[in-house]
Amino acid sequence: MDGPSGVADAIANPPAPCAAAAPLAVRVTGARLCFDGRPVFENLDFSLEGGVTTCLLGPSGVGKSSLLRLVAGLEPPGPGATIAAGDGGPLAGRIAWMAQRDLLLPWASVLDNVLTGPRLRGVTPDAAMRRRAHDLLDEVGLADRAGARPDALSGGMRQRVALARTLFEDRAVVLMDEPFSALDALTRLRLQDLSARLLAGRTVLLVTHDPLEALRLGHRIHVMTGRPAGIGPALEPPGAPPRPVGDPALLALQAELLGRLAS
Amino acid sequence: MRALVTVAVLLAVWQGVVAATGVPRFILPPPGRVATTLWSQWAVIGPHALTTLAEILLGLLLGAALGAAAAMTIAQFAAARRWLLPVLVASQAVPVFALAPILVLWLGYGMASKVAMACLVIFFPVVLAFWDGLRRTEPGWLDLARSMDARPWALLWRLRVPAALPALASGLRMAAAVAPIGAVIGEWVGASRGLGFLMLQANARMQTDMVFAALAVLAVLAVALYTLVDAGLRRALPWIPYDGVKE
Repeated sequence: MDGPSGVADAIANPPAPCAAAAPLAVRVTGARLCFDGRPVFENLDFSLEGGVTTCLLGPSGVGKSSLLRLVAGLEPPGPGATIAAGDGGPLAGRIAWMAQRDLLLPWASVLDNVLTGPRLRGVTPDAAMRRRAHDLLDEVGLADRAGARPDALSGGMRQRVALARTLFEDRAVVLMDEPFSALDALTRLRLQDLSARLLAGRTVLLVTHDPLEALRLGHRIHVMTGRPAGIGPALEPPGAPPRPVGDPALLALQAELLGRLAS
Repeated sequence: MRALVTVAVLLAVWQGVVAATGVPRFILPPPGRVATTLWSQWAVIGPHALTTLAEILLGLLLGAALGAAAAMTIAQFAAARRWLLPVLVASQAVPVFALAPILVLWLGYGMASKVAMACLVIFFPVVLAFWDGLRRTEPGWLDLARSMDARPWALLWRLRVPAALPALASGLRMAAAVAPIGAVIGEWVGASRGLGFLMLQANARMQTDMVFAALAVLAVLAVALYTLVDAGLRRALPWIPYDGVKE
């Protein structure tokens, strides 16, 4: 890194850890899913507002994960269904997916796990990518564990690596499928704060069965219930995420959400 | 350490049987006699052992490489899977040892036919174990790869192959265990060197002590090979737990 070439390199590859793309809305229409011949949901419409976090809250087995997988392109949408980006462009290549399990590769170091995306696209990570991965590990508080193997980390640390890996992909839309539900209460709260900070400005769909989690992180909260399942109107809690866990308004809304879940 | 005690007890039983029954030496020599022969005839046994060892190692390398390549081919190409896999599975029913005379006929009395024989018995366990591992990649990882727009070859090389390495390791362990069998069968059918050849020669001359000496060397070779392969694989794959413990 000496002389003009180093400067040119820095301009071509800005070291910004999160160069968030412009907010992108997503709209799903006519979604349909059958299980054992019975519809889990059919003719379902759902949309994600660009640049905000939408929480989809529902009991286990209601089909919320399936809906998320549909948007992620991991399941075929079925006849008649459309999944469209707000700007009319293709969704492929603009979505990142984070699951309940961290899905870290046990043979790769923490840093190499953050670099899983480029490796799977056949790209050998260059110095700029490695620097960005390091910066993201720094953001999630794991810079000193970059060389460790995943099995040396706790569950919370592993999910933080998964978050860094998701952020490295730098996609406009981030789909999160109960990403914190396997963690203990305190670790979960910390990760919620961390992800709210790092995902700000992106279009996020967070699927969860925890009303408090939805209330802390969601700009918009939808409840998905019934069989075939329907999606209720958006609840928009006041204040910016991550909302404090002791907020009395949150607790009142939690009762409201539990009521909607039970209906 | 306990294995040594077990071996010592078995040797003592062997010695006891010989002493109690008075069985002639050309039927069953006492272990002490075998040890003496091993010591005094080492100049004869050593070179034969080296030949057999070379056949085993070459067969192991070649068989493992071909087996791994075949498994990756059928994992990656649906056409290869449709055309090759049924043949591969069916060909397992053919007793490979029956092919030994043909291999000697084609490849001669030298080392090539023995390497081919060892290669053949190694090939199938490696292919089937590795292929089994390659097809059972964790579905969550495959979903992650799809969401990251993985390319087919990078997916194979960066995800499916490393994930299948434990299965490949099982295949290689089995290969290390059967490799000596392949080499010795080849030597029995037709050879001018090697432990199998030495055993046949000694057997024909009623030098039973030499047969046992050659057998002992072969056993030590086989055990050493398996132990080395096992230890090497454990070191190479440190993230795999064995009996609940990681390296």
